[in-house]
Amino acid sequence: MGAILTIQGLTRFFGGLAAVMDLSFQVQSGEILSLIGPNGAGKTTVFNLITGTLLPTQGKVLLKDHEITGLRPYKTTALGVARTFQTTSLFYDETVIDNLIVSYRCRTRMGFWDALIHTSRSRKDERRCRQKAEETLEFIGLMERASELARNIPQESQKRLALGLALVTEPKLLLLDEPMGGLAEEENIGMMAIIQKVRASGITVLLIEHKMKIVMNISDRIIVLNYGQKIAEGLPQEVGRNSAVIEAYLGAGYGEN
Amino acid sequence: MNQMVRKWLILTILAIAVIIPLVVTNKYYMNILIMSGIWSIVALSLNLILGYTGQVNLAHGAFFGIGAYASALMMLKLNMNFWLVLPLAAAIAGFFGFLIGLPALRTRGSYFAIGTLCFNIIVTLIVDRWEGLTEGARGLMGIPGPSPIPLPWGAEITFKTMAAQYYLVLCFLLLTIFVLRRIIQSLVGRTFRAIRGNEELAEAVGIQPMRTKILSFTVSCFFAGIGGVLYASYIGFLSPEITDYHVSFDSLIYVMIGGVGTIVGPIIGTLLIVTIPETLHIAAEFRLLLYGLILIVMIIYLPRGIVGWLKSLKERKRKQEVSWEQS
Amino acid sequence: MVLFFQQLVNGIMLGAAYSLVALGLTLIYGILHIPNFAHGHKYMWAAFTSLFLVVNFHTNYWVSLVIAMVVLGFVGAGVERLVYRPLRNAPHVNSFIAAIGLLLFLESLSLIFWGADFRRFPTLYDKPIHIFGVAITLQRLLVIVAAALFIILLQVFIKRTWLGATIEAVAQNPEGAQLVGISIDRVSSLTFGIGTSLAAAAATLIAPIFLVYPTMGAMPNLKAFVVIIIGGMGSIPGAVIGGLMLGLMEALGGGYISTDYKDLFAFGALVTFLTFRPTGLFGKGVR
Repeated sequence: MGAILTIQGLTRFFGGLAAVMDLSFQVQSGEILSLIGPNGAGKTTVFNLITGTLLPTQGKVLLKDHEITGLRPYKTTALGVARTFQTTSLFYDETVIDNLIVSYRCRTRMGFWDALIHTSRSRKDERRCRQKAEETLEFIGLMERASELARNIPQESQKRLALGLALVTEPKLLLLDEPMGGLAEEENIGMMAIIQKVRASGITVLLIEHKMKIVMNISDRIIVLNYGQKIAEGLPQEVGRNSAVIEAYLGAGYGEN
Repeated sequence: MNQMVRKWLILTILAIAVIIPLVVTNKYYMNILIMSGIWSIVALSLNLILGYTGQVNLAHGAFFGIGAYASALMMLKLNMNFWLVLPLAAAIAGFFGFLIGLPALRTRGSYFAIGTLCFNIIVTLIVDRWEGLTEGARGLMGIPGPSPIPLPWGAEITFKTMAAQYYLVLCFLLLTIFVLRRIIQSLVGRTFRAIRGNEELAEAVGIQPMRTKILSFTVSCFFAGIGGVLYASYIGFLSPEITDYHVSFDSLIYVMIGGVGTIVGPIIGTLLIVTIPETLHIAAEFRLLLYGLILIVMIIYLPRGIVGWLKSLKERKRKQEVSWEQS
Repeated sequence: MVLFFQQLVNGIMLGAAYSLVALGLTLIYGILHIPNFAHGHKYMWAAFTSLFLVVNFHTNYWVSLVIAMVVLGFVGAGVERLVYRPLRNAPHVNSFIAAIGLLLFLESLSLIFWGADFRRFPTLYDKPIHIFGVAITLQRLLVIVAAALFIILLQVFIKRTWLGATIEAVAQNPEGAQLVGISIDRVSSLTFGIGTSLAAAAATLIAPIFLVYPTMGAMPNLKAFVVIIIGGMGSIPGAVIGGLMLGLMEALGGGYISTDYKDLFAFGALVTFLTFRPTGLFGKGVR
């Protein structure tokens, strides 16, 4: 189906340090592509460059054939690129369902005056938000927690909710930054199932994750970064045997068994 | 508090509010109530940008003053009717809010607070020095009250008595509450809260931060302007002090003590702070001393104000009940 | 031409004064990352303290300066302990609001104690001397000299002493500093104390030139903020250069353009900087 995301020569300097250096790759539509590498390899920086949180020093980001380099995050989200954050980011003072309702706002048309005089457009939009929120709750399996405050739910539910917030914006491409960070073994399986459901629904997934077993299991392809540069790209088995990769990790816990 | 109880409570309070002028005839206390009403409108409007959108705006006094001066000048120099001036002056205040918001809201947190404070000082300075326009420190005098409203059967509603002015302020207070509540409960209000909660996340889910903040700020300044117009025509006299940053600080105190981010909070805060020291006849310096102390204590121990604290007590009780049910 | 030099000298003096007040502020910001909004009111209290000593106890001017510095140093440390430390983990705006409460408290306390009257600070140094046709009182010259002295002392303290290095460590990396056993609490109190002492010194030096009254701290407070925003919050050279720039702008602008609106320059400059370069001259850009 072609590439949904194209990165060309992406470079970002912080002072004299290159966090990302001349990075190029493509994400194929409908795949789950994992971005791995040791700490500090620049993975989150790549996400930030794609979504527009950071401006690249050089290089381009293209969504399908449309250049989105340097567009502000709310614009990239509107165009269909959603993301989660490495440290779980939620609206902690709101309930679970309110978190999702407000995240669908970008797909509604109502404005200030609609709100003020309670037009039919505003009522329709508010209904759609609630509907979409409930659908997403169902999808991520948090229906029973709908009216709980986001700060009060357990960590695994919070991770699901964070994914849900990105999901409810109706993305074409979903960037997940360590969605299983801090989760226990059993909880990983649940998350993995959700990610596969996401892909099954037609959304492409770009994943940053450290847990090698999961990565190997779930990914269609893997890209390995080290010091901001791509050192390997390909199918999980190929990458797993790549000596440069093994060296970069120096025993990150993935064995060839 | 379930819906029925809440409805009856509101109706009761409303009834009391309506009956008050028939019961209280003392002019001193009526004055306090009217001023509380005006300051409540100002506090409620500040709450929109501060409590719901999370930006510490210290220029509120300036917009209150702009509304007041704009209305006074239009009535005095252009002989315009109060009822035409009211929305116009408020719109002018809102417009200035929009102009200032454009550069100011690009900054955050304490930078925004300092920037707005400086803007406030600039406004006070200009009002004070531009004698040609504002009569400077001499002030504007003889500002007319609201013009009478003709009724279909030949009579008219005049605003010469205190009771009439009380009802006028009460009406606008209710209007303000109604409008702000509508905004806050809508999707627009939700985006304000999202910005307050986590601006970066809000942007990541597609909300435009600048547009949202400017909207909140502009509406907030509009209502501050309404408060200003009511003040000008009630007191009848204006001087540059009413644009002063002390007005901004006062509004801040009313909101913080009552409860940021709640609808009732600012009203309660205003009522408490405007009425209690007056009735106890506490001298001005001691009042400020107390406010300062209370503000410090509250922001450390009760950052959500009185109403926020009551709400959290309720929530804690509910959490306990939920965990009992689950065990 | 003489007018120009006169205003230049005035500008340098003003600048020196602003820098000195801003120094304490920027030092505190470097550690706590909150703008200590009540700084100007501690400055005011310092002026009243030394005034009190000089007028009622006939203390030597320089002795009263030192006493004011010590007293306010303790006040500063106390404020950190009681007001800012509990808010260390709360959102930054809470500290700002606490500072406003503190400001109101200090101002009204002063009004209650001293009354609202404007007072003169008697000094021995108010005779003008003439250099190249420019008149300047000795007191003003003292301000410039003392400011320069304090700036140099502060730089030496930060860069050359162990205590100064500790403060820098906490400013740059609080967690790392804690790991090596530095007590953040102690350093915060100390920094606050030093910053407030500097303001106290500035107050005692400047008070004889202008008048002493309870709201005298408000303007210097705001202008100090303008200075550190222009110079970059947390930067000592920034505070010095920003202060000088502001002083010169006010003196020259006030002299040539308009005295009525001279205060506007400061705030206009601030609004401009906040709009286009919020991190200041010595800060780095965003994104």
